[in-house]
Amino acid sequence: MTEITTEKARIGAPSAQPFIDGFTEEGESLSPINAGTTKAPLAGDSAKSHSHGGGVGIPDSSRAGRLTSYKLADFKPLTGLEEDWRFTPLKRLRGLHSEVLAGAAPTVVVNGPEQVIVESVGRDDQRIGTAGIPEDRVSANAWENFAGATVVTIPSEFEATAEITVDIEGTSLEAAAQHLVIVAEKFSKAVVVLNHKGSAVVSENVEIIVEDGASLTVITLQEWNDDAVHASSQQAKIGRDAKLKHVMVSLGGDLVRITPSARFTAPGGEAEMFGLYFADAGQHLEQRLFVDHAVANCKSNVLYKGALQGRNAHAVWVGDVLIRKEAEGTDTYEANRNLLLTDGARADSVPNLEIETGLIEGAGHASATGRMDDEHLFYLMARGIPEDVARRLVVRGFLNEIIQQIKVPSIEERLTDAVERELALTDN
Amino acid sequence: MSTLEIKDLHVSIETEQGSKEILKGVSLVIRTGETHAIMGPNGSGKSTLASTIAGHPRYNVTSGSITLDGEDVLEMSVDERARAGVFLAMQYPVEVPGVSMTNFLRTAKTAIDGEAPKLRTWTKDVKAAMEQLRIDADFAQRNVNEGFSGGEKKRVEILQLELFKPKFAVLDETDSGLDVDALKVVSEGVNRAHADGNMGTLLITHYTRILRYIKPDFVHVFVDGQVVEEGGPELADRLEEEGYDRYAKGAGAAAAPAAAQA
Repeated sequence: MTEITTEKARIGAPSAQPFIDGFTEEGESLSPINAGTTKAPLAGDSAKSHSHGGGVGIPDSSRAGRLTSYKLADFKPLTGLEEDWRFTPLKRLRGLHSEVLAGAAPTVVVNGPEQVIVESVGRDDQRIGTAGIPEDRVSANAWENFAGATVVTIPSEFEATAEITVDIEGTSLEAAAQHLVIVAEKFSKAVVVLNHKGSAVVSENVEIIVEDGASLTVITLQEWNDDAVHASSQQAKIGRDAKLKHVMVSLGGDLVRITPSARFTAPGGEAEMFGLYFADAGQHLEQRLFVDHAVANCKSNVLYKGALQGRNAHAVWVGDVLIRKEAEGTDTYEANRNLLLTDGARADSVPNLEIETGLIEGAGHASATGRMDDEHLFYLMARGIPEDVARRLVVRGFLNEIIQQIKVPSIEERLTDAVERELALTDN
Repeated sequence: MSTLEIKDLHVSIETEQGSKEILKGVSLVIRTGETHAIMGPNGSGKSTLASTIAGHPRYNVTSGSITLDGEDVLEMSVDERARAGVFLAMQYPVEVPGVSMTNFLRTAKTAIDGEAPKLRTWTKDVKAAMEQLRIDADFAQRNVNEGFSGGEKKRVEILQLELFKPKFAVLDETDSGLDVDALKVVSEGVNRAHADGNMGTLLITHYTRILRYIKPDFVHVFVDGQVVEEGGPELADRLEEEGYDRYAKGAGAAAAPAAAQA
């Protein structure tokens, strides 16, 4: 790729000082109101005045200081100036941040091996709330309003040979709340696929519990209709020597905002997080992820790749990695790559790495956004391949790196076809 | 029989200091079955000539012409040139992430021939060509040039040469960075492609070493964007002994005998 911008590892928490008027260390402050004020690039106001999180000695700018609460009332109404909402067009959230989410939740149908336990439970089920506490207002709003949850349990030591599919299909545009819990019990092994489709306006909380020694792959596919609005907080708790592979693919929907997080609770854990998004004209696809290295000797690797085309196609990627003081021996890397296929598209990419101990194996982050590399095109065309075919080959190849991670042939095939369809749009 | 004709070609590139002329009037005629070696010191414009023939956008042709059997090559896009039968084995083949060699080779072959190759014979052809060039079978599954060593990349260029069967092959310093064994393997590949008598070759090299394995019919010495001396294979032998020093002393003076010959 022709790298227009490349940010290489910046170590430590971002400074609270603005560099240039209207800019934070992370780039442009989108709101004119922000210009010239000393706003912390991370956490912002929420870190200063709240009942949970934060605390003595934690700087405002640290991801560790982010407010977490099950109560909607603890989160102030959104203005769009908040650090974690500054890229999101709130008007297009269709009330997910401001209304009571009374609509019918998208239907959930689970298929998989018979050993896998699927339950519909009420709000009072004790497993609810074990993997995470909402970290933003939209997630808290779903927590406040969800009627019931689906709990999928992979029993201990069970190794599923076929994937478990969770079809989540929306049929209404009334703002709704959804709750899912996925539990991979000790030493189990499984692949869970969340298929989001149809039309919906939904805020969703997905709790993922990966118990000791378990190996879980969660693939979340957003292939919504064009009118869908979807916010999904997917919080994973990773046990001792447990492994989580999280693959996010966002293709359809008007506004899709996925916030996956991985928290290590015991040593030896491993998290791989992959993402693919393809934003078309007018689409807003946002992904903010968080890897919390809270204990020693865990590994994480993050790679998100996106292609953008058309006027006002907008992608946002924010990757927060926090290596706490206790997390000695951590090995982590995160990268984001964006390919801008046409004029008029915009990608915001913000890798944040906070390191509170020097006793680590490795930590790095990288981000690059650019046009297609002319040398790639030249090479392919010099072999007789017409330009349009060569362009498709390059984009397909670029995104293929993520698709190859899925390792479920039927899904890989479907996504390859979906990418082809997206590419066919470019020619029009 | 085909003819690739380059007439009084002037080529410049854009630099920060403005436009810079690299080729200052190059004329060459290559016919099917012939092998021409272009030799010269670094920076003499050899690779510029190769890239210009292939149509790299960095190089601006300010005057002169390139024709293939009378057809104006300069009017053709990069892919049209390849489909017309011009092949450039690149000095630095780029890596194309996520595109497998298998997919790439088939796509290119389909584009060049105008129809998809018959699957069974094609797979067999690819396998045989890879074996002859001592390329491991697993390369077919790997992405184009990704993680290949310098020598492996060059072998894969020659693999394409053998599979695509162009009318004219331009080899841009294919020998550089190769050890003797790899050089032999690569040279054999070029000689095989040449053996049918349906291909003309423009072999660009800094060293005379490769000429022990690929015998040129004509040798052209390039200095400062011009051909300063031309001759048969014996000229290469002389260069091996004397090097380029005598040209470097004054390109102007050395150019005189070439002009007198013409």
